[in-house]
Amino acid sequence: MIHFVVHDEEDSVGVVVVEGVKAGDTLTGWIMDQDKEITFKAASNIPIGHKLAIKALAKDATVIKYGTDIGRVVAAIGVGEHAHVHNIKTKRW
Amino acid sequence: MDLSKATFWGYKRENGRIGVRNHVIILPVDDLSNAAAEAVANNIKGTLALPHPYGRLQFGADLDLHFRTLIGTGANPNVAAVVVICIEEGWAKKVADGIAATGKPVAYFGIEQHGDHDTILRASKKAKEFVQWASELRREERPLKDLWVSTKCGESDTTSGCGANPTVGNAFDKLYPHGTTLVFGETTELTGGEHLVAARCRTDEVRKKFQFMFDRYQALVERHKTSDLSDSQPTKGNIEGGLTTIEEKALGNIQKIGRECLIDGVIDKAEVPTGPGLWFMDSSSAAAEMVTLCAASGFVVHLFPTGQGNVIGNPILPVIKLCANPRTVRTMSEHVDVDVSGLLRKEMSPDQAGDALLECMFRTANGRLTAAEALGHREFVLTRLFESA
Repeated sequence: MIHFVVHDEEDSVGVVVVEGVKAGDTLTGWIMDQDKEITFKAASNIPIGHKLAIKALAKDATVIKYGTDIGRVVAAIGVGEHAHVHNIKTKRW
Repeated sequence: MDLSKATFWGYKRENGRIGVRNHVIILPVDDLSNAAAEAVANNIKGTLALPHPYGRLQFGADLDLHFRTLIGTGANPNVAAVVVICIEEGWAKKVADGIAATGKPVAYFGIEQHGDHDTILRASKKAKEFVQWASELRREERPLKDLWVSTKCGESDTTSGCGANPTVGNAFDKLYPHGTTLVFGETTELTGGEHLVAARCRTDEVRKKFQFMFDRYQALVERHKTSDLSDSQPTKGNIEGGLTTIEEKALGNIQKIGRECLIDGVIDKAEVPTGPGLWFMDSSSAAAEMVTLCAASGFVVHLFPTGQGNVIGNPILPVIKLCANPRTVRTMSEHVDVDVSGLLRKEMSPDQAGDALLECMFRTANGRLTAAEALGHREFVLTRLFESA
């Protein structure tokens, strides 16, 4: 069963596609572009559609999704943690 | 899906364009004429009034866009005939003349010196004549190249970028080689992915025009912006759905133009493409505004991916909703025409999802009502450029 999807293997985040993910759950991810499967442990409760970090992200690091820059880290994010507006900001507006 | 011999059944209009609906519309030019237009549509069954709040004291480019949108709406091949009503007869005639260039039946009425009662009576007689005439028009089989297809997504979330939007992209890549006319837009919603769109432009001239439109919209945002664009781009709903930044939203958004088709031309709001291919239209990313502009540009069927569940429709342009978010598909099923949530469970391939969308598109073109049509969603929203005088 697929719990989260990743667009590209270079990405730093994946998207949870099932409801009810809890901290400690073991999650199976599907890397779509390379058609590979990976396994991670969730470090936070993560709602459906929200992102988990699949790489450790230090403050000021660039977040990569679709193989492209989607913003900067404003508070460090550990592997398996919820990545969203509380720790990532746009570089544009 | 082999589309080389694909056909659909549509209404051939006087100017050769093909429609997939057969509406007789009662079109008010301004807010003051809504009451009369709605009274006519109430009197004459099978007609449709398109009320809106604008049309007074607009000027310059904003007024040009107002007229272009109203004329384009009336000229759309999904419309068989039009009754135009305006407080002033001169502007009713201006809009009617613009629509009449297509050759379709149009009549116009001014309210001043007549009042609502007399206007409603005269316009109702004409509307009855038009709707009875239109009811005898018949669909004919047409090649796929005659179909104009638009796209715009709404209440997107992260599932839009990995499911519903790439499904539209798959469908666009399949439609493009067959000479269809396609459009996308949402200028601010390309922010962070604009370089990828620029790289897809067929020529340097197209690329330059795209960059001009993109930079023009960025300058508008810079002029008026508040922090994080007031939770409007991304929207509260986008953020609730897991989208964090405009860059992330944009990269999901541009999945709708597929991986192969090239951008052949650029148009301003409500302008009409001059040839087949994929067009970029400078436009707002607000759903009803953008879809209204697509209808005014002459598009006859619309592909609308959603994540969190946008419920939009349009009075004359059938809006097909597709969704990959399993929660939305469950909680808002009455709004979803094509469920592609299987994509995220690896139970459906992108190719199968694209085919499912195309199958629904052909059924819709042939006459099947979309969820939005059946539910009565008729959002007709005119884009304004600046304040009235």
